[in-house]
Amino acid sequence: MISDPRPLSPHLQIYRWQLTSVLSILHRMTGLALAVGAILLVSWLGAAADGPASFAKMQWFLGSPGGLILLFGWSVALFYHLCNGIRHLWWDTGRGLELKSVYASGWTVLAATAALTVIAWAVGLSRWGY
Amino acid sequence: MAMGRMQSPLGRVLGLGSAKEGVEHWWRQRTTALALAPLVLWFVISVIAMIGADRTAMVAWMHSPMLAVLMIVLIVATFYHAALGLQVVIEDYVHGEAMRLTVLVVMRALCILFVVRGVLAVLTLAFAAG
Repeated sequence: MISDPRPLSPHLQIYRWQLTSVLSILHRMTGLALAVGAILLVSWLGAAADGPASFAKMQWFLGSPGGLILLFGWSVALFYHLCNGIRHLWWDTGRGLELKSVYASGWTVLAATAALTVIAWAVGLSRWGY
Repeated sequence: MAMGRMQSPLGRVLGLGSAKEGVEHWWRQRTTALALAPLVLWFVISVIAMIGADRTAMVAWMHSPMLAVLMIVLIVATFYHAALGLQVVIEDYVHGEAMRLTVLVVMRALCILFVVRGVLAVLTLAFAAG
C-alpha cells in the first residue's frame, strides 16, 4: 500500500542520535549479519564433512585477508548480539528499565563487546603464531 | 478483567490476541536465546582452540558424542532463532501480503536447508573413519 508522500519522522539529516536507539538498531543489524554468519558456520562444517580437499580450501579462505575480515566482523557482531541479548533478557525480568540503568547497561554492553573481541583475537592470533 | 468479557470463551482460552500468534514467538525467541548464550561461548572457545587444526582434528572433535550433540543443538537453535528474528524484520520492511508471505516462506525454507546441511555435516564427521 502506497501512503501519502507525507514527511517521514525522524528526519535523519537533523536527527540527534541517542545511545538507546543506536544500540537497538545495532542489535537488529548484528542479528542480520549473524544470520549470514550462520551460513558460514554451516559451510565450514560442510567443507569438513565433504573431505580433506574441500576443508583445505575452506581453511585457506578463512585465513585469507577477506576471510579474516569476515571472521572479525562475525566475532564483533556475535559478541555484541550476545551481550545486548543478555541485556534484553535482563529487561524481560522487569529490571533495569529506568533511563539511568538503560544507559549504564548500554555502555557496559559496548565495553564488554570490545573486551571479548580483543581477548578472542589476542588468544586466537597468538595461537595462530603471531 | 474487562477485556475478558469482550472475548469469546474460546478466544480467551487460546489467548492468541489480534495478531493470532499470542506470545509464542516471544517465548521461542527467548528460550532459543537462553540456549544460545552458553552454546555460542562454547563454540567460540572451541574454534579458538582448533585454530590451525587439520580435518583429522575436526573429525576427532566431532567423534565425541556429547560435543556432536551440542553442535547439532547449536545449529538448530541458531537457525530457529535467526528465522524468528528475520521474520520480524521481513514483517517490518516487506509490504504487500503476497510479497511478504513469499519472502517469509523462502526465508524459512532456506533456514531448513541450512539446518539439514549442517546437521548432516556433523553426523558425517561424527561417524567418519579415523
